[in-house]
Amino acid sequence: MSGKTLYDKIWDAHVVHEAEDGTTHLYIDRHLVHEVTSPQAFEGLRMAGRKVRAPEKTIAVPDHNVPTTGRRDKQIENEESRIQVEALDKNARDFGVHYYPVSDVRQGIVHIIGPEQGWTLPGMTIVCGDSHTATHGAFGALAHGIGTSEVEHVLATQTLIQSKSKNMKVEVTGKLSPGVTAKDIVLSIIGKTGTAGGTGYVIEYCGEAIEALSMEGRMTICNMAIEGGARAGLIAPDQTTFDYVQGRPHAPKGAQWEAAMAWWKTLYSDDDAHWDKVITLRGEDIAPTVTWGTSPEDTLPITAAVPAADTFEGGKVGAAQRSLDYMGLKPGTPLSEIEIDTVFIGSCTNGRIEDLRAAAEILKGRKIKVKRAMVVPGSGLVRAQAEEEGLAQIFQDAGFEWRLAGCSMCLAMNPDQLSPGERCAATSNRNFEGRQGRGGRTHLMSPAMAAAAAVTGRLTDVRELT
Amino acid sequence: MDKFEKLTGIAAPLPLVNVDTDMIIPKQFLKTIKRSGLGVNLFDEMRYDDSGNEIPDFVLNKPQYRQAEILVAGDNFGCGSSREHAPWAIKDFGIRCVIAPSFAEIFYNNCFKNGILPIRLPQETVDLLMKDAEKGENARMTVDLEAQEVTTSDGEVVRFEIDPFRKHCLLEGLDDIALTLEQAPAIDTFESRMAQERPWV
Repeated sequence: MSGKTLYDKIWDAHVVHEAEDGTTHLYIDRHLVHEVTSPQAFEGLRMAGRKVRAPEKTIAVPDHNVPTTGRRDKQIENEESRIQVEALDKNARDFGVHYYPVSDVRQGIVHIIGPEQGWTLPGMTIVCGDSHTATHGAFGALAHGIGTSEVEHVLATQTLIQSKSKNMKVEVTGKLSPGVTAKDIVLSIIGKTGTAGGTGYVIEYCGEAIEALSMEGRMTICNMAIEGGARAGLIAPDQTTFDYVQGRPHAPKGAQWEAAMAWWKTLYSDDDAHWDKVITLRGEDIAPTVTWGTSPEDTLPITAAVPAADTFEGGKVGAAQRSLDYMGLKPGTPLSEIEIDTVFIGSCTNGRIEDLRAAAEILKGRKIKVKRAMVVPGSGLVRAQAEEEGLAQIFQDAGFEWRLAGCSMCLAMNPDQLSPGERCAATSNRNFEGRQGRGGRTHLMSPAMAAAAAVTGRLTDVRELT
Repeated sequence: MDKFEKLTGIAAPLPLVNVDTDMIIPKQFLKTIKRSGLGVNLFDEMRYDDSGNEIPDFVLNKPQYRQAEILVAGDNFGCGSSREHAPWAIKDFGIRCVIAPSFAEIFYNNCFKNGILPIRLPQETVDLLMKDAEKGENARMTVDLEAQEVTTSDGEVVRFEIDPFRKHCLLEGLDDIALTLEQAPAIDTFESRMAQERPWV
């Protein structure tokens, strides 16, 4: 019998009941909740007279449509957004779950504050009504997005009905070149596997280049596992993980810490584990990467040019042509000649302190050449830390707007939106048509690359500025 | 949940790959706290221009497809966000079955929670059904979940695979939560064991 993968081990440790056909009730250790995908679930509980089974394992925060300016703790102007946030206020109170309201300095994007507060721990099962729940896999947790019906199911039963995914290993060997970051790794992976390449799989990222990443970088990688179609992405916990977790408000302490560590150290894939699919990339081959189209698989090194639609195959020919038309790009144009109107730095992909440091490093002593640029820290605590480190001042001196925490222009549910035709260098995760505002044109990239675009006014190889 | 047994209806062709949930229902419509009423905004940015007028070329605006109950689409349908508003909008429009070569996982899962049948078929079979759908309102397709068959307007029969548990729940219109609550003793046992083994959770 072959050994187990990390995913197999976490799965086995959470099976409550397995039916003959393999349909399994999996126990859920942490349920994260936000205002957009939860109101109908809480309403369902009320109508059926059900309670939240484990309120102590349920953490709620408004993030998707909170404004990032003004006195939002007093009044959210948009009526529908206000109603949704108020509904979460009430649901959190009525059902007794942990809650970080807009007025709390710890409020922020749900996938940033889970790890920040120590709710996210190795070996856990973590779900949220949000596809970027994959982020938490960076801790060696099994974490994935669910729909609202499943949110209600987890609230009521603390379990999820699941069938097991296949195991995929994505190995990134060697070392990264200067100017290349976690975002470039994950964009390159998706460029290689495609947005459906991970469908049916849980991906474990491993290899020297992954192990060398900080927790922030690992979260960026796992965050975009869903963009590659995988149910979840994860990375085996190691000393980097343990050092990040220790001392966080909800991390175990004392004897419990020791007990937890003893188990966490067993969380790795065995040498003889079975993999259904293996992909390998060389760290040295990865360049600073951007997207040119309207799918996260439309990635290229910044040194490349806009491709022609007829260089693709099958249904992708039409999709590429549609992307080029939507993005207003001509095949053959060097990517570094594409002019940018707006820069957005933030999101659950790249809204952590390390991301802000990387961008500030480029911006120091420089001015923006784009029409507008904004930084939206991932949480109130990231914001406070960036202010303390002097990063906020660097951003503001360069001409960036310094905003309050939230999802903001990543999905543009709040007032932060692109206008039709407006072209944006964004550190977020999706370049879909209309994602950042109807007709808006998104190019995805790392925080350092977004900062470089801000100071030159065009897509720019960050290595030219360092 | 609504049952799905057998459906005969108009199939609308949408031959695009990677149709994402932002296309199916853009974010401005996620501010609702209800599940209903989203059908009018299904595919909003493809279906209406900036002034809110219908774009006549979009398939669901064409007279022959306005009553479509089946959608035939390209690979990786429903990728992106986990928003269940996507299947809610599809169902509210009146579509009960989506056929594609592959689906993104969360969307696929969400369909079953809402009485929508997503059918995965090989690309060449989807191409055949796409051609049939392009015939318009006279080309009614039949989807039979019990038999696991799609029948084209010409009477050609195509078999599809589906997980037996999901099939059973859809045929019977079963409520997942009620089913799981029958496992309550197993959940209790698991929780007491975990309180010993992993108390930090």
